[in-house]
Amino acid sequence: MDILSLFIIVPVATIVALLFSKNLRQARIIAMSGSLLQLGMAINLVFAYLKERAVSDDIMVFTKDVVWFQPFNIHYSIGVDGISVALLLLTSIVVLAGVFISWKIFDLPKEFFISLIVLSIGVYGFFISLDLFTMFVFFEVAVIPMYLLIGIWGSGPREFSAMKLTLMLMGASAVLLIGILGIYFNSGADGGVLSFNILEIAKANIPIEAQRLFFPLTFVGFAVIGALFPFHTWSPDGHASAPTAVSMLHAGVLMKLGGYGVFRVAMYLLPEGAKEWSWIFIILSVIGVVYGAFSAIKQTDLKYINAYSSVSHLGLVLFALLMLNKTAWNGAIIQSLSHGFMTALFFALIGMIYERTHTRNITELGGLLKVIPFISTIYVIAGLASLGLPGFSGFVAEMNIFVGAFQDESLFIRIATILSVTVIVITAVYILRVVGIMLMGPVRNESFLKLNKVTWFEKLGILLLLLPIVGIGVAPLWISDMILESLQPFIQGLL
Amino acid sequence: MNISYIILIPVIPLVVFLLLGIFNRKIKPSVSGYVGVFGLLVSAVLSFYAAFEYFFVLGKVDGVFQTLSEKIVWMNFTDSLHIDMGILVDPISVMMLVVVSTVSLMVHIYSRGYMHGDEGYTKFFAFLSLFTFSMYGLVLATNLFQIYIFWELVGVSSYLLIGYYYTKTSAIAAAKKAFIVTRFADFGFLIGILIIGYYTGTFDFETLNNPEGSAILNWASYSFMGLSALTWALILIFIGGAGKSAMFPLHIWLPDAMEGPTPVSALIHAATMVVAGVFLVARLFPMYYFVDDGFVLQIVAYVGAFSALFAAIIAITQTDIKRVLAFSTMSQLGYMMLGLGVSGFEGHSGVGYMASMFHLFTHAMFKALLFLGAGSVIHAVHSNFLKDMGGLRKYMPITNITFLIAALAIAGVPPLAGFWSKDEILVAAYEHNRLIYYIGVFVAGLTAFYMFRIYFGIFWGKDRLYHHKPKESPLSMTFPLLVLAFLSITVGFIPFSEFVTPDKMGFTAHLNYPLAAIASAVGLIGIATAWVFYKKENQLGDIWANRFGMLYKWTSNKFYFDEIYMFIAKKIFFKRVSEPFAKFDRKYVDGTMVGIGNTTVATSRKIKGLQSGRVQDYAFAFIGGAVIIGLIFIYLWT
Repeated sequence: MDILSLFIIVPVATIVALLFSKNLRQARIIAMSGSLLQLGMAINLVFAYLKERAVSDDIMVFTKDVVWFQPFNIHYSIGVDGISVALLLLTSIVVLAGVFISWKIFDLPKEFFISLIVLSIGVYGFFISLDLFTMFVFFEVAVIPMYLLIGIWGSGPREFSAMKLTLMLMGASAVLLIGILGIYFNSGADGGVLSFNILEIAKANIPIEAQRLFFPLTFVGFAVIGALFPFHTWSPDGHASAPTAVSMLHAGVLMKLGGYGVFRVAMYLLPEGAKEWSWIFIILSVIGVVYGAFSAIKQTDLKYINAYSSVSHLGLVLFALLMLNKTAWNGAIIQSLSHGFMTALFFALIGMIYERTHTRNITELGGLLKVIPFISTIYVIAGLASLGLPGFSGFVAEMNIFVGAFQDESLFIRIATILSVTVIVITAVYILRVVGIMLMGPVRNESFLKLNKVTWFEKLGILLLLLPIVGIGVAPLWISDMILESLQPFIQGLL
Repeated sequence: MNISYIILIPVIPLVVFLLLGIFNRKIKPSVSGYVGVFGLLVSAVLSFYAAFEYFFVLGKVDGVFQTLSEKIVWMNFTDSLHIDMGILVDPISVMMLVVVSTVSLMVHIYSRGYMHGDEGYTKFFAFLSLFTFSMYGLVLATNLFQIYIFWELVGVSSYLLIGYYYTKTSAIAAAKKAFIVTRFADFGFLIGILIIGYYTGTFDFETLNNPEGSAILNWASYSFMGLSALTWALILIFIGGAGKSAMFPLHIWLPDAMEGPTPVSALIHAATMVVAGVFLVARLFPMYYFVDDGFVLQIVAYVGAFSALFAAIIAITQTDIKRVLAFSTMSQLGYMMLGLGVSGFEGHSGVGYMASMFHLFTHAMFKALLFLGAGSVIHAVHSNFLKDMGGLRKYMPITNITFLIAALAIAGVPPLAGFWSKDEILVAAYEHNRLIYYIGVFVAGLTAFYMFRIYFGIFWGKDRLYHHKPKESPLSMTFPLLVLAFLSITVGFIPFSEFVTPDKMGFTAHLNYPLAAIASAVGLIGIATAWVFYKKENQLGDIWANRFGMLYKWTSNKFYFDEIYMFIAKKIFFKRVSEPFAKFDRKYVDGTMVGIGNTTVATSRKIKGLQSGRVQDYAFAFIGGAVIIGLIFIYLWT
């Protein structure tokens, strides 16, 4: 069995086992063992990858190719480079943390865990696919369970939010499908056969007119799930209604599909289109960065704050991807990882606070440091990480992005860069505002004095997410070099 | 000289921080105090040894103090651009090690008494250690990015310590303000770093500062809006430094930062962190001096001089003793900045730089002493305000004497420490820029006046209604006072110019008697005026305050800068930017998306009549459609 397909097979096996589980306890244990196993596989993959990389010069390693549908040349084709390995690790960590945090789900737990794992199959599959069509299928596999997870286990106007989220993402998928088919039908321009395989398409020269036409479709199709302004509005409502673990997976992992897809497909396969269209998307992403941050300042619902903060942070990812240089791309990937861990951590903490106080409105909260010190301290740390404090992953990512963006001498990019650097100030404003109102100050409500202490499973979930944030932040070299090396062939393709 | 052991100096406080931070609740307060003090003691001993070894064992090689460094790559940006982590040992970093170690050690010892019984005792020592670690990292930084990293870390330690009393609303606001104002300055700093990295291809201090290196020789190669790109970079970096060192107009956070516990004010907001800005300019001094022929240094000089004057004027009218000291700090930082601004580079002309570093050194001692003394007083009377103090010399003899020594030192009375360093700054200013010299002399007079105003106010005059009889602080608090008092008297005799000069060669400084006499006389006049006004209870102060009327009101309200900034932040950024953005997003951006959805639903309602369920209709539609498609095909075919 190849090392990558296991990422599909193990979750499927977990689902099958879950189907046969008899009670809550079994369901929990199966879900946890399954995701623990995935984390083990992901860690193993990192080491296996580094070993393989030392001897192999291929762009992708551990490749495997099985014909799926011959007439259209669709394959189940998989392989990884340093970037996908890092994102697989992110996914497995967030999934496991999500299972820990959802330990106390009582309502249809079996179905809940199954949906969660289906979602993760989509994400894993997406990150390992080298075939555009398979990739697209996995993309849909990841999106659809969201509807159920929010619609059934959500809160507030959950049907509306679930519907809005699904429709917007489906709309984006439709646009994306046109883009992908456009790429497919032009992949034989050199006289070769039509292909969905990313590596083969990259070798073929897609005619410049086709690139011009299909780049924006592909870019927007992916970028909607990466919260590109003005298509980001599904995200705040979606988060607000989603249960904790779903928010974590959604913001932590699912939104990363956008940046990854933009990078792997739009930028890599349509570089000429990218050069031509980049200006407009740079404008949109910088708007997203600044606008998201400013919008976050005035929110009072913790989840909305985090959702807008995600718009801002992920705007930086798209911005960096459009910079077309290695340093900025490295920053974009690290920012994806960093935001994944950070925002999952935030949503986990928000879930814990909500569960205890039954409110997410910061004006009703206050003095939490005194009553739930562990959760509050971690919230402060997560906040500091989010505002880009050195020693945490966000700093590493942002500095790569800024230094990378500064490599371009054009005045337009300079201005865009300087505007996006302003987030280091604006982010500090909204983070410290929340810390000041919610965690510090006198205890706002008598009932808070009796809040439950943090449980062991919650602690585990938290530490699991905090570890990589600090790990990347303190010693960035290993991950940054692993990614930089994998970026080399892509940047060469661009020149 | 093997410098590897110097890495231990920052690592020890880091370990202490992690230990106390992680086992916060499990460690007994008494233990955590000892752990903190002991850890720092080891670091301090190593620092002193490093200074001794560097200046006396290694000494000058070929007449020049060597720059030693050790570093590893921390992260790669491009093939040539990377962030290193390491230690850089040269005269100013060694000097800073001594300053940070001395003050931090004293503050650690003092805090064991001052914070006794506080519920967050362990947390407090953890934060102090975090700060000390970051500050060591900052002064030892080998490159711009490393200094920026530790710069942010001292910033966050400052945030955590100002907000230490986290249930107090004013402390929360002050902490937030300090962080955001300095972050705003760091925005400039970061862009400056980006410019330098892009145009010179390196962040490394040794490469950048080399007068023969390409960074300095080619400074004019790129221009932007009439100035060279590097000039802009240095201005932006100075903005970063001005934010940390509370230069006008980025000073507003420093007075509020006094909400933190007093030992914190002594360590962070008087002696060490706030001098980081001065240190930054000194660290890049060759660049500042050579790029654009010292254009940016002139800005530094004027900003420094203006801040010194501005703060000294405000200090006169403040009634909270910690705020007086805060403005005094700002004023003295202005002095240091102006010293750098009027400095030359080679030989004796580098006196401004030397004096600035000298003043940084002496100021750290006597200002830390003033704060710790103030802390001792506040500890005794439970108030920060002058109106609640008076006649304390009888109850607190040690605090009284040590505070007096510090006040004399800052007033520039010979032969105390402040006299020597301040005098050298004035000499440099006199030789370079007369206007700045006059401002400097005037500020010296003001300094003596406001410092003795609070000295007399606290220790002389009549007793107030004390809740209980004030008593002298415990030994853990008075011991640091005595040590620092001793240093405030003696450190002025260090022949600083032999050790710390911009060209690293050293020179022999001579006292300029006329200038020294003028400066001392002005200081004495200031003290004498304060004597007349405040030694005995009288109405003179109020009478003169009334005479100045409007001016007095403006000054005591700090020229309304807080209000102006608040207006900009709240009324403009929150009300006019943030709120509309948030509303716009919900109403229009989201509205459009929902609108599209609703239109779709509405349309489908309208056309659902087509789905009649009658086979005839479908058949008709099917055939009709087929015919139309067929026609289109035929049309395209031909």
